[in-house]
Amino acid sequence: MVDAETTRNSTEAPDIISMTGVSFAWPGERSFRLTIDDFALKQGTRTLLLGPSGSGKSTLLSLLCGITQPDRGTIELLGTDLTTLSSAARDRFRANHIGIIFQMFNLLPYGSALDNVLLPLSFAAGRRDRVRKAGAEDQEAKRLLAALGIEGELLSGGTAQLSVGQQQRVAAARALIGAPEIIVADEPTSALDTAREDAFLNLLFDQIDAASSTLIMVSHDESLAPRFDQALNLTDLIAKEVPAA
Amino acid sequence: MTVIRLALQSLKNRWLTALLTVLAIAVSVVLLLGVEKVRTGAKASFANTISGTDLIVGARSGGIQLLLYSVFRIGNATNNMTWRSYQQIANRPEVAWAVPLSLGDSHRGFRVLGTSQAYFDHYKYRQTQSLRFAAGKRFDDLFDAVVGADVAAELGYSVGDEIIVAHGIGAIITAKHDDKPFKVSGVLAKTGTPVDRTVHVSLEAIEAIHIDWQDGRPIAGGQISQDDVRKMTLRPRAITAAMIGLKSKISTFKLQRYIAEYRREPLSAILPGATLYELWALIGTAETALLIVSVMVVITAILGMITMILATLNERRREMAILRSVGAGPGTVVGLLLSEAALLTLAGVVLGILATYGLLFTLRPVIDSLYGLYLDISPPAAMEWLALAAIVVGGVVAGLLPAFRAYRQSLADGMSVQS
Repeated sequence: MVDAETTRNSTEAPDIISMTGVSFAWPGERSFRLTIDDFALKQGTRTLLLGPSGSGKSTLLSLLCGITQPDRGTIELLGTDLTTLSSAARDRFRANHIGIIFQMFNLLPYGSALDNVLLPLSFAAGRRDRVRKAGAEDQEAKRLLAALGIEGELLSGGTAQLSVGQQQRVAAARALIGAPEIIVADEPTSALDTAREDAFLNLLFDQIDAASSTLIMVSHDESLAPRFDQALNLTDLIAKEVPAA
Repeated sequence: MTVIRLALQSLKNRWLTALLTVLAIAVSVVLLLGVEKVRTGAKASFANTISGTDLIVGARSGGIQLLLYSVFRIGNATNNMTWRSYQQIANRPEVAWAVPLSLGDSHRGFRVLGTSQAYFDHYKYRQTQSLRFAAGKRFDDLFDAVVGADVAAELGYSVGDEIIVAHGIGAIITAKHDDKPFKVSGVLAKTGTPVDRTVHVSLEAIEAIHIDWQDGRPIAGGQISQDDVRKMTLRPRAITAAMIGLKSKISTFKLQRYIAEYRREPLSAILPGATLYELWALIGTAETALLIVSVMVVITAILGMITMILATLNERRREMAILRSVGAGPGTVVGLLLSEAALLTLAGVVLGILATYGLLFTLRPVIDSLYGLYLDISPPAAMEWLALAAIVVGGVVAGLLPAFRAYRQSLADGMSVQS
């Protein structure tokens, strides 16, 4: 169990994520516009974003990961303004610096657990180099999976045979491989019961600490808050605007 | 490289639909190549119906008509040419050989051709092939007959059987030469030409069976017996046409002009090769229809593939979102679907080529003996390679549709993973 008030000094660490004056609406969507005036996260922190579904969590994460571009404003990650990058450069940036864990259905149904973990390395040269410095790619993948409790025949079998909890742990290993600076998790435990949720978070936090990554996790479960450095309410953060018709 | 590996893995995951799609494309390729092979085979067989003959001479008529009745035994000559004219032409210095052809009688639906022994020496097909005997020998006796392969097969004739020749052709048989039966002296091997459907007798035999006839019917009470006929001098007064071989091809047009300007009677001479192509051009529209049908089948197969890819696209939204999340750009998503389309069409085309040649090798002897159609097994011609390349390109271009759709979806879905 890792204590939330650890040795991390959140006041002196630089901002790893900062969004200012961001405004975004999905094309063709008139009733929903997401605006964020100011949002910043320190490096090495664990942040919990709380909010009910439909509050714009997915949109926020899409913007944060550079999958979608805001209509205006800046989104800076590790000192790079994503809004100034080309779409290909944003894809490369995401591959190299962000590990993503979805709510569920994280894995490619074809391909084994090992294949799935190795997948980001095909797109992220930076993470690949980091892994190679430590050893062979599949050695690192196996080490991570073992640390998360996936071993033996689970590695090479089809992912459909894995339980939901096991699938989420494979997804965590995929997000963590090559130690990206930022881990984004979108309700990764919502499909797990409390005991499994606890176990999953313990394993995840251990590996995030080992990689000294910054975690930003979205959830609707407020009871998780004590385990994080900070818990932010999305409704406070996001100014939802309904433009006058 | 990653993209191709992913496309392969994804396809392996959907191997049954992928296999059926590849099979559909392969079948369409087999059809396209098969039609092309049969087309060129038929054309070559047709053009090779008669070879080695430089000119065919007959009473003046259209070239195609002369070819039809003299070589294909279709229709009738409007006029005969006299024996004297024939001999005069045959004795020209530039003529190497001449074979008279006399048509007009039939035997149970098959044409009877009166000709000379030289016919068996000079009738050539498929460039250099000569007539071969499956059994027996040439006609020797006056009442000997040599039957073609189809005649023997359909009527169950073998050497030694007696046959009766009828006067006239087809439904308008007026009388039978039943007082003078023929004996089968030989059966020809299959050639795939109208020879197979012909009963060959000597020119003298044609005279003999008509000697006691006048104006197309027997002279009442004037029957001459088979034995008496043998004692008579049988000189034909007229023949239907003649095959001419020249000493040198250079004199072809000179002799053709001589025949066209022949004074005694109106005659014409044709170059069989040229007229065969003329005739093929006439009936060749069927080949275009066949080609159009096979192109349609190819298009259908490609549409089927696109339908398959589009149908799986929805369930693969998740796959696309996962790929996007690990850093794959929209280009990768597009590339993934395009390479899938390319891979499927390529596999289909390769399988189709293999199947076509496999079928050609196994079926060629059967087709040759059944239809007399000799299919040439050669590597795909330039046009065929072009068509095959066009199929692959068409598959990839058609793959743009699902690829573009997936690209749009992956942009719209953003980070939300659709289940």
